[in-house]
Amino acid sequence: MDKPFAITLDPGSSLANHTGSWRTFRPEYVDRLPPCNVACPAGENIQAWLFHAESGDYEAAWRSLVENNPLPAIMGRVCYHPCEGGCNRQHVDAAVGINSVERFLGDEANKQGWQFAPPAAASGKRVLVVGSGPAGLSAAYHLTRMGHKAVIHEAAPLAGGMMRFGIPKYRLPREVLDAEINRLVEFGVEIQLQTKVSDVQQALKDGFDAVFLGVGAHIAKRAYIPAGDANKVLDAVAVLRGMEDHDAPMLGRKVVVYGGGNTAIDVARTAKRLGAEEAIIVYRRTRDKMPAHDFEVEEALQEGISIKWLSTIKEAGESDIMVEKMALDDKGFPQPTGEFERIEADSVVLALGQDADLALLENVPGLVVEGGMIQVDGGMMTGHPGVFAGGDMAGSERTVTVAVGHGKKAARAIDAWLRRAEYAPAEKHEVATIERMNPWYYSDAPKTMRPVLDIIRRQSTFEEVLGGLDENNALFEARRCMSCGNCFECDNCYGVCPDNAVIKLGPGKRFKFNFDYCKGCGICATECPCGAIRMVAEEN
Amino acid sequence: MSFQPVKFYQTGTFTVGNRLLPPEERSVQASAKRYNSINSGHRACQGCGEALGARYAIDAAMEAADGQIIAANATGCLEVFSTPYPETSWQIPWIHSLFGNTAAVATGVAAALKVKRQKGQGGDVRVVAQGGDGGTTDIGFGCLSGMFERNDDVLYICYDNGGYMNTGVQRSSATPPAARTATTMAVGPEPGNVFGQGKFVPAIAMAHDIPYVATATVADLRDLEAKVRRAMEIRGARYIHILVPCPLGWGTASHDTIRMARLAKETGIFPVFEAEHGEIKSVLTIRRPLPVEEYLRPQKRYAHLFGKNPAVETIAHIQALADRNIRKYRLEARQGSH
Repeated sequence: MDKPFAITLDPGSSLANHTGSWRTFRPEYVDRLPPCNVACPAGENIQAWLFHAESGDYEAAWRSLVENNPLPAIMGRVCYHPCEGGCNRQHVDAAVGINSVERFLGDEANKQGWQFAPPAAASGKRVLVVGSGPAGLSAAYHLTRMGHKAVIHEAAPLAGGMMRFGIPKYRLPREVLDAEINRLVEFGVEIQLQTKVSDVQQALKDGFDAVFLGVGAHIAKRAYIPAGDANKVLDAVAVLRGMEDHDAPMLGRKVVVYGGGNTAIDVARTAKRLGAEEAIIVYRRTRDKMPAHDFEVEEALQEGISIKWLSTIKEAGESDIMVEKMALDDKGFPQPTGEFERIEADSVVLALGQDADLALLENVPGLVVEGGMIQVDGGMMTGHPGVFAGGDMAGSERTVTVAVGHGKKAARAIDAWLRRAEYAPAEKHEVATIERMNPWYYSDAPKTMRPVLDIIRRQSTFEEVLGGLDENNALFEARRCMSCGNCFECDNCYGVCPDNAVIKLGPGKRFKFNFDYCKGCGICATECPCGAIRMVAEEN
Repeated sequence: MSFQPVKFYQTGTFTVGNRLLPPEERSVQASAKRYNSINSGHRACQGCGEALGARYAIDAAMEAADGQIIAANATGCLEVFSTPYPETSWQIPWIHSLFGNTAAVATGVAAALKVKRQKGQGGDVRVVAQGGDGGTTDIGFGCLSGMFERNDDVLYICYDNGGYMNTGVQRSSATPPAARTATTMAVGPEPGNVFGQGKFVPAIAMAHDIPYVATATVADLRDLEAKVRRAMEIRGARYIHILVPCPLGWGTASHDTIRMARLAKETGIFPVFEAEHGEIKSVLTIRRPLPVEEYLRPQKRYAHLFGKNPAVETIAHIQALADRNIRKYRLEARQGSH
């Protein structure tokens, strides 16, 4: 008892005082679903691969990316990037250039020769994949990853489907396509070219445990146009396919393209590159109704392609066509006006959409075809057990990315089906909306623009129109990601807690709360930039 | 700008840490080994700005002085919630002074340390005095001015929450105009605290021509830490005035403490600057300009301004004061600033 005057107690620490008992709300770390991931038709975990790219670990980023999509270099060129439409950064300045970073990673992988991680142990199951387009390649890749043997039968002499025979080279150079297909082959995907499947049921008897159909849609829709004998009326599919032959299609000096989709734009831009003086798109409605993507229309206009809105072709003569002007009615539908105009044209290319060739499915019981599209369930299985389908033949939204998504989904369902298990998609987290975030913390950083090829070179060659990012600006662009809904270890919660009740677990391990002292004030949740903390009411 | 902000690294230097920065460029608070000078278990209210501001400031001072700090602490919230006998949250040598004499106690400690050093006893131990706005701008003002005038080697830190919050939210000379407190009720023709009174001690400190004066808020950690670090590089009287929102006294949600401090800075209500020898050296410019209403509306102490008949003139008066700050301290957002 050797204490100063009037002192009777030893000094103690406030750690004895468990202020956690004051709490009525408790913070909880959550992972919310970033809107880019929500929007991605291929189901990529974009935020996750950008996380690695931000720190400059491009290989880890690429490996994370290809867990969902084996074709990043292709995607980075042909995808219409709905992810960027969903990106929360657009509420801050401009969306993150996800597509350009993806392309950078894909190109980097090709340059460095990165290969996929080895697949799971062989299951002994064999799956026939019909068609080597994006849906087929994606399905085969995911099946191989899961340990199944995927064999692709492709009718054409080269693999790639519409990526090779539909998308012009100036959007997708063939070296890129070949590189990503070759990686899949080295991974163990077997591709048998010039092998047309004519009977699916026979295949099931021939030692395959399941079938995935991804034959695409490559039969051009026709419209009846009275035409003189000498006039050349072609279809867009044939023209674009012809570009892969030795002799390019002869279109003449003045080319008219009929239609308003991306294919119409592709054909017109191709015609211009083949030397046409004039390439005119004739479309019966207005620009805002045009199904083609706006940036492609813009690029086409820049290249000197003209578009005749509100027009239909009535007849095709020897060296010209008759166009009728249309007017929109009250409901927004085009109606004929009776006004006609003649336009010079050496050829007319019809780009009016495509149908799937479903001949191989004749006599397969249980299959349902509606509106030219094969009907599938939530796991991409057709009405015939063990037969799955995806890509253009099974969806109304026909893009490479959607096809890749179909392939992945089907592969998961096929895997479940092969194991006689129920296919259950993983539960989705709640979406990380901008309201759940604190955008104050993000630096101001405008979007990096990809270099656009000079107009002159674009009009005469098939060189790629959009350039790629280099390492510096790819890193910059990746770091514009706000990591919506997923902790990126900014230490804010750890720093802003007035009660030191956040424990820092170290790099990559995130944080945890010390509920002995957390008073539940909620500052950590309010000040979390990315919305990865939620406050929930305590039960008592 | 008291420090070089890092741009474009996702969150730059806006967040406490940043995994993309090299460790030496991160904040003191981001370190897993920070001092936690004021530890868990203190009895401050949920979301207390002062508890947070004190840890930010003293941890930074400890880091700068390599752990060699003695603190004198005026009576007030900070003392009461951190040190109810016999427990303490402080993990540093710490002396509780009277309400009004912290600056003088710190001066005495500094003098004693100087004598010991001259006798070859003890190393270079630095002295910090701290208190709330009541203990600083009102009760302890005479001692503080004396400490400044003698240029004693003390860093004085004032945690300004705009009132005597500990005893039930009474007015201090740092209470802003129109704010309701227990002694400036929201009644009568001019409800709340009066206009034209009170004092802004950072300006008074500058008038003493002491080596270093700075203001900061809990919303700009990197700025606050840089200022403490700068202050610790200097010998003589130094003064840092930190705005620390008080959920209880201001009537704000406990989770909005940092947000309120940010709004005070962004509206121009609270100028954030640093000065050496009476001259302003740098200011933290406004990043996203906002009207004062954004700052006033969430606070219940201003609720009487936003009833059925909003007090438009009073709000305009407060806006004029903020605009004057923006002019006087040149706070307007500038091209190229962060």
